[in-house]
Amino acid sequence: MNPTDVPTQTRLDHLLGLADDALVAAQRLGEWVAAAPELEEDVALANIALDQLGAARLLLTYAGELEGAGRDEDALAYLRDDREFRNALLVELPNGDFAVTMAKLLFVSAYQLPLYTALTGCTDERLAAIAGKARKEVAYHLDHASLWTVRLGDGTEESHRRMQAAVDEIWPYTHELFTPDPAAPVDPAGLRDAFLAAVEPVLATATLDRPADGWAPSGGRSGLHTEHLSYLLAEMQVLHRAHPGARW
Amino acid sequence: MTTRTDPTWRAAASVVDPELRVLTIEDLGVLREVATDRDSGRVTVTITPTYTGCPAMDVIRDDIRAALAAAGHPGAEVVTVYAPAWSTDWISETGRAKLAAAGIAPPGPAGTTGPVPLTLSVRCPLCGAADTEQVSRFGSTACKSLWRCRACREPFDHLRAF
Repeated sequence: MNPTDVPTQTRLDHLLGLADDALVAAQRLGEWVAAAPELEEDVALANIALDQLGAARLLLTYAGELEGAGRDEDALAYLRDDREFRNALLVELPNGDFAVTMAKLLFVSAYQLPLYTALTGCTDERLAAIAGKARKEVAYHLDHASLWTVRLGDGTEESHRRMQAAVDEIWPYTHELFTPDPAAPVDPAGLRDAFLAAVEPVLATATLDRPADGWAPSGGRSGLHTEHLSYLLAEMQVLHRAHPGARW
Repeated sequence: MTTRTDPTWRAAASVVDPELRVLTIEDLGVLREVATDRDSGRVTVTITPTYTGCPAMDVIRDDIRAALAAAGHPGAEVVTVYAPAWSTDWISETGRAKLAAAGIAPPGPAGTTGPVPLTLSVRCPLCGAADTEQVSRFGSTACKSLWRCRACREPFDHLRAF
């Protein structure tokens, strides 16, 4: 759809959906810094978080300009409350154990890769350019999560049990990512085949069962979140709110 | 748009990457264009980031403005563009040689065949052996992965194809 045919508020909500997925995912991944199972993984998760943060900053800056109310990336990241966030529930869920974190990363990157790839060809040139950058980065995230899913799933009895439990726990939250939205620059409903094509072979190689589709919690795109988001935002926003305009 | 022999291009091109200090932003392919407004004389420098979240970009912008001010062009504007997306294929031959000399294995061709470019073999930049292994897909900065040479046992960074 041509962006000029879509109301500004709708375009804004779509941009915030993309931006908030990336921002909240970055914040969650950042929690692993200095706490990952090995030093190399600390570095890897920090790098992936940085990629997500980079995309979030570009998208939030764009959203602020589109809104035209004088809000910059910082105002949008630090001064909105939970009900104003448009991220999917999946990214705000707690990290859990390392298997849960890898399940979340696998599913998010398997969604973002076809999404950004499709956005690269959308009529909104600025969004297409951001997606073109992010797409290349997300390919590495998907690769990383796939390797760990296989390593844990096809590992020891305990690692297999935990990876299966993680996949079972997170799977219901993937459905929200593909909620049909014909007004979006790319309708998410059309991305689920690519998502399954990326995820199912990884699960099979990892000797994991692909969970049945059933319960599908949602609400994030309209600002109805789990209680976990408020705690995440409290930690992320406290410094900026306590010391407005503070600089390093 | 100025040519690469123009003093304003040379000034901007002298800026080094703060995380890969052997390389200039020209070697990296981050410097895209330098233009001087015919009327005001104001210089506009166009750059493109390696990775969206690369924290070096803010430093690079400041360094460009400082380099141009030192060359007699205060108040230069730095514009950041995202398309076409930066690729390691844009790193010059000079840049690749400088990387190798600094102990960082230069990237192979980025290509477009798979979702993640496949690295067939990375030669150890220290002893030249091809018997190397990847320790971690992600390294000390967003653009590098961490490797180890099985021949000389030294760890090294590899600027991964992107």
